[in-house]
Amino acid sequence: MVNNENNSTELGQLSAGLDALETNSQRKDPLYTKVLRNLGPLLALAIFLAIWQLLILLKVAEDYVLPAPIDVFHALQNQWEQGALLPAAWNSLRRGVQGFALAIAIGTPLGLLLGLNKGLRLVLKPIITGLQQLPSVAWVPAAIIWFGLSSKTIYAVILLGAVPSIASGLSSGIDQIPQQFIKVGKVLGANRWQTIRHIILPAAFPGFLSGLEQGWAFAWRSLMAAELIAISPALGTGLGQLLDAGRQLGDMSLVLGAIISIMLVGIFVEKVFFSPVRERTLRVRGLK
Amino acid sequence: MSQSHYAVDIKGLSKQFDKSDPIVIDGLSLQVTKGEFICLLGASGCGKSTLLNILAGLDTATSGTVEVSEKPTLMFQDASLMPWLTAGQNIELALRINGLPKAERRARAQELLELVHLPTAFNKRPHELSGGMRQRVSIARAIAQERSILLMDEPFAALDAITRDFLHEELMSIWKRTGLTVIFVTHNVREAVRLGQRVLLMSSKPGRFLREWSIELPEPRKMDSPEVATLASEITNHLRDEIKRHG
Repeated sequence: MVNNENNSTELGQLSAGLDALETNSQRKDPLYTKVLRNLGPLLALAIFLAIWQLLILLKVAEDYVLPAPIDVFHALQNQWEQGALLPAAWNSLRRGVQGFALAIAIGTPLGLLLGLNKGLRLVLKPIITGLQQLPSVAWVPAAIIWFGLSSKTIYAVILLGAVPSIASGLSSGIDQIPQQFIKVGKVLGANRWQTIRHIILPAAFPGFLSGLEQGWAFAWRSLMAAELIAISPALGTGLGQLLDAGRQLGDMSLVLGAIISIMLVGIFVEKVFFSPVRERTLRVRGLK
Repeated sequence: MSQSHYAVDIKGLSKQFDKSDPIVIDGLSLQVTKGEFICLLGASGCGKSTLLNILAGLDTATSGTVEVSEKPTLMFQDASLMPWLTAGQNIELALRINGLPKAERRARAQELLELVHLPTAFNKRPHELSGGMRQRVSIARAIAQERSILLMDEPFAALDAITRDFLHEELMSIWKRTGLTVIFVTHNVREAVRLGQRVLLMSSKPGRFLREWSIELPEPRKMDSPEVATLASEITNHLRDEIKRHG
């Protein structure tokens, strides 16, 4: 008994020593990498603004063709004070997010089905790939004829842009799952549903995530295209309509301001949602 | 059938993946008593892994009968932990599939980690653990399934000598405590002699049993003890003869 206990403590000590020696401490990024990562985008913005301002100072173009940064800022400030900018951005973002949520609701089961059923994949994959190749703005005229100038048109265009990316991201994520994980599931005695829930879906998540990112990029682009073309009081004002208003008025400052706003909303969604989820996914799995 | 004192009873097992393929396993018979620790030894192509896959229900026999007292669990050369789960969650997944109620899972997983001397690893991700630590989590996960038969497919082949020695001790201590039936596949002769109560040497292409040895060396055995070395070199000679036959 005593001998047994001794043996067990010795094993414990040996184990602790081995573990301490074999576990690598995580290497930290050097300071300048961290500083650059945070300051880099600001630096790029500063350089961009400086070149822009320089072009203005050199008077390379008339100001109705190339307004100064400060004029664009004032145009946006003006829209803000009239209470137009924030509702327009909100309108677009809300529509984009709602359409995207719907696209996830349709694209996820579709991708799962394609990933799990090889026959179905062989039949449907070319259609989905074809849809992915087509800029979804091409659907806008068709959607207007089918659904009129209603929010259905906008959602239809978002869905046609985002669903194929989401479905194909998930199905190729499933395709790339190492067979070993499926084997382990069988050894653990997982049934069909448990295998999908605990192994296939989490294992395919990185692929699904890149499908979502691409899907969102397509959704946001499609939405802006749709807003630019489908203009009606019934649809309210989004950033696309704001951009078109600027064009109609020949107000280049407003046009550039709207373009910048569209870009900023895109960056906002990336930074607030996708970037943290992607970072976490990679870090957790030791892929980064 | 369940009254049998065999954990595994194989009669005339053959395996051929396809009619045009060579025979992988040819008329193999094997009885393993409950609680026994046997080592299967053989060069590449002897069908060791195929045999374990068939026993684990991952593959089917072409002919012959395979009876197991209970569905076995299987450990691989690579720990095969799910990289999106922590060490503890990997064990909890096995417990969950095994039907353990949620409230009891966490405590049980922690208990199993302590059994393999990893008391602080619960929240570690697989990539933060060394190869030996991952393999211990994998042992804990296998034990979590509460199956009485453990199949091990060269589980320590990728580890350095010291870590492997340590895992041998750990495995023996777990085996003695739990009374598991273990079928351990390896191509390392000393490892087989170090661990097994019985060592079976397999031929390659097709896989058959050539010879078997009962190992009656006292525990604790050491890989580098003279007794192990003597027996290992005898077995190695047989293994070399078998390999030369294919030259």
